[in-house]
Amino acid sequence: MPVTLTVNGTRRTLDVPDDMPLLWALRETLDLKGPKFGCGIGQCGACTVHVNGIATRTCVLPIAAVENAEIVTIEGLSADGTHPLQLAWQELDVPQCGYCQAGQIMTAAAMLQRNPRPSEAEIDRAMTGNICRCATYHRIREGVQRAVAIAANNNDADASTLDANLGATLNATEAK
Amino acid sequence: MTSTLDRRGFLRVSGVAGGGLVLATLLEYRTPELQAAELGANADFAPNAFIRITSDGNITIIAKNPEIGQGVKTSMPQLIAEELDVPWDSITIEQADSDPAKYGPQVAGGSTATPTNWEPLRRAGAAGRAMMITAAAQTWGVPEAECGTEGDAQVHHHATHRHLKYADLAERAATLPAPDAATVRMKDPKDYKIIGKAIGGVDNPKIVRGAPLFGIDVTVPGMLHAQFVKAPVFGAGVASANLDEIKRMRGVRDAFVVEGGTQLAGLLPGVAIVADTYWNARVARNALKVTWAAHPTSQQSSASFRARATELLAAEPQRSLRTDGDVNAALRAGTVVEAEYEYPFLAHAALEPMNCTAHFANGKLEVWAPTQNPQSGRTLCANTLGIAPADITIHIVRSGGGFGRRLNNDYMVEAAAIAKQTGAPVKLTWTREDDIQHDFYRPAGYHKLRGAVDARGKLTAWDNHFVSFGEGNNFAPAAGTGPGEFPASFIPNFRLGVSTMPLGVPTGFLRAPTSNALAFVYQSFIDELAHAGKQDPVEFRRALLAQFTAPAPTADGRPGPASMNAERMRGVLDLVARMSGWGTRTLPRGKGMGVAFHFSHRGYFAEVVEATVAREGTVTVDKVWVAGDVGSVIINPSGALNQVRGSVLDGLSEMAQQITIVGGAAKESNFVDFPLLRLRGVPPVDVEFRITEFPPTGMGEPALPPVIPALTNAIFAATGKRIRSLPMSLHDLSWSE
Repeated sequence: MPVTLTVNGTRRTLDVPDDMPLLWALRETLDLKGPKFGCGIGQCGACTVHVNGIATRTCVLPIAAVENAEIVTIEGLSADGTHPLQLAWQELDVPQCGYCQAGQIMTAAAMLQRNPRPSEAEIDRAMTGNICRCATYHRIREGVQRAVAIAANNNDADASTLDANLGATLNATEAK
Repeated sequence: MTSTLDRRGFLRVSGVAGGGLVLATLLEYRTPELQAAELGANADFAPNAFIRITSDGNITIIAKNPEIGQGVKTSMPQLIAEELDVPWDSITIEQADSDPAKYGPQVAGGSTATPTNWEPLRRAGAAGRAMMITAAAQTWGVPEAECGTEGDAQVHHHATHRHLKYADLAERAATLPAPDAATVRMKDPKDYKIIGKAIGGVDNPKIVRGAPLFGIDVTVPGMLHAQFVKAPVFGAGVASANLDEIKRMRGVRDAFVVEGGTQLAGLLPGVAIVADTYWNARVARNALKVTWAAHPTSQQSSASFRARATELLAAEPQRSLRTDGDVNAALRAGTVVEAEYEYPFLAHAALEPMNCTAHFANGKLEVWAPTQNPQSGRTLCANTLGIAPADITIHIVRSGGGFGRRLNNDYMVEAAAIAKQTGAPVKLTWTREDDIQHDFYRPAGYHKLRGAVDARGKLTAWDNHFVSFGEGNNFAPAAGTGPGEFPASFIPNFRLGVSTMPLGVPTGFLRAPTSNALAFVYQSFIDELAHAGKQDPVEFRRALLAQFTAPAPTADGRPGPASMNAERMRGVLDLVARMSGWGTRTLPRGKGMGVAFHFSHRGYFAEVVEATVAREGTVTVDKVWVAGDVGSVIINPSGALNQVRGSVLDGLSEMAQQITIVGGAAKESNFVDFPLLRLRGVPPVDVEFRITEFPPTGMGEPALPPVIPALTNAIFAATGKRIRSLPMSLHDLSWSE
């Protein structure tokens, strides 16, 4: 039976099997490749999108369960890639392989929607459902904190600050 | 064409003279005639395979190697851009297809990209720059020596304040003969503007927007979706399957048996289901019923391997890899420590499941593959499917993690075989369960060690019987070791013997292969000996590094070169001791610091872990300090920091993991029973690099091995409990006052 839902602001009616997980409807039927397949059992978070504003695992969510829902994927997080998290992620060079990052960013975005100034412990708690196999976790945490600052101060993120940011965490020592 | 051959021949010779054949292979200059033929009337400047400058101002740099998250799509073009002397922000970076004749080796493995490409890619850039200068000098009618570049993609003539853009010089430059790559002038490192600069990954803007980048995102018109179901017992054949029922299911276009072969790294038997969508293929798979043929390795298990290892360890080693001095006499003379160590099979669990898109038409195969080793995939597909290698096109697609898993191309040949049978483009997407249960695992291993310290606390004897997998004199993939591995050459009385048992489980290279296991064993046992000799673990290691005796012999018994430079290791050991405040703090019971170092992939890393073990036995890593020496320059400090911190956390993650073989098959299947580290509880990791005079080397692996023994040594310091086997869950670490 056709299912109607809103995806990134556009009303869509999809004629796909009722049991098809939302992930595959997004990836294949709507060609939104941002949400990723990682585990298929809701354990890794790579498939995370917003369903009515809540960060949701889509690999185990049948399309029939999201009739009339409001879906936002990474592709719809901002019109031009300038959500504070998207800016912070580039500024701090967060991605390694990058495969998990759409899910990481969508989980963080939903958290910041509810809690614009999370503590480090709150960040850890919110983000711990998303696996990063490359373990770029320090920068995921720093990226959320940086996004909070960008949003609060409305200051422009700048990838050229990467060198300066690194100064705090990386030192090179000249051998004698 | 003759001049092309002449020039190639000349470059080959000069390449050898300049220090390596790779250079010649890489810098295959083309004649203007050939360029014109390739590019049509619009003669763009393309001095070699890595640079393309068009008259309308586009500067393209080719990224030759597969990007799997290690950052080479950024760091390798940095080398070219630096010497070409163009602004980083002005260039477009393009991923190369697989074409070793054009690009040289294109492998993501062994942390080799940096040492292999450091010279030739800089020379490629410098050659391009030199030709631009020649073109400008000719245009102006001035000596080349009066012309220079300043990093703005222009040639400047300072005397007359004139300048010409590379774009405007491209047409003339394209007609010039290529300079000698071996002698082309390169920059003084103090003038570097791009090498040594922290630059974000070139694909980051796409990644944060969810743009299709990865293998799993590939879409080809008319593409179908495949599942491929193999036997849980590796290599077992298909006896029967309910194919007729599957073929009638929703969306299914075909279902068939793939006969496959017996090579574990090749195409194995299985059932292919091809459908219109991933989900329909997956639903059909859930209804698939297969009877698998009996298979000779179906009785193998982790338990049976351990039982056999115990028998082998009780006997003399089957063969000796190295004997120095008189081990037995030294053991008799000193304080002896004996211990057995063991570690399990591990999976890679790259987050992007194995996948590949393939299309076979008119006798030709086109493949889109997230692979670390495209050329070996070409060979595998050619040999398995009877297709000429030249008729196979491989597009290298970004990988969602590799960790060594994608050095094997089993998923590529599966996709190719299914596509060949189907006729339409097919994307094969494995499930996570396929991935965990059909990996090329880090092999398990078993060691019986005896060592001795003399009355002054000096390490005098080391006797290691290593039980691994293999047959005859051959180790199973990634299950071996060699006579040069530390602490060989540092202990006067040294013996390394090995015994092997046969294995029906596929094994392969996991990030820092062999090192990720051997560092745990050796650096833990060195710690045991330090304590037996009542020595501080850092001081004991300093003394050991000072004991260098003789380089490892080569395979044919001749004296070999020293692989590990003791001074460089001493440098990072001293640095990490200073960073961590080693020996300057008194820690309460339940808290401890551990140290370890390891040399692998040409990189020197020493690491200290501070850990807390709660009374009930829960381990918390409080902090990790890392000191590394990878040579004279950190090409991209941002990427380097990502690699080091990622490697350290990866090592900690491995300590909780194991793959258990039961009935010839892997028991674990997904992230519920094969856990990966998560954000909560990630410790601070401080990193410093010691800059030395040596050419820069790779960053993807060498920071991983030391963290595992650094933690087990910290746990010993905290509790007095010695971890001699992994995973950590085997051990009760609870303690009381």
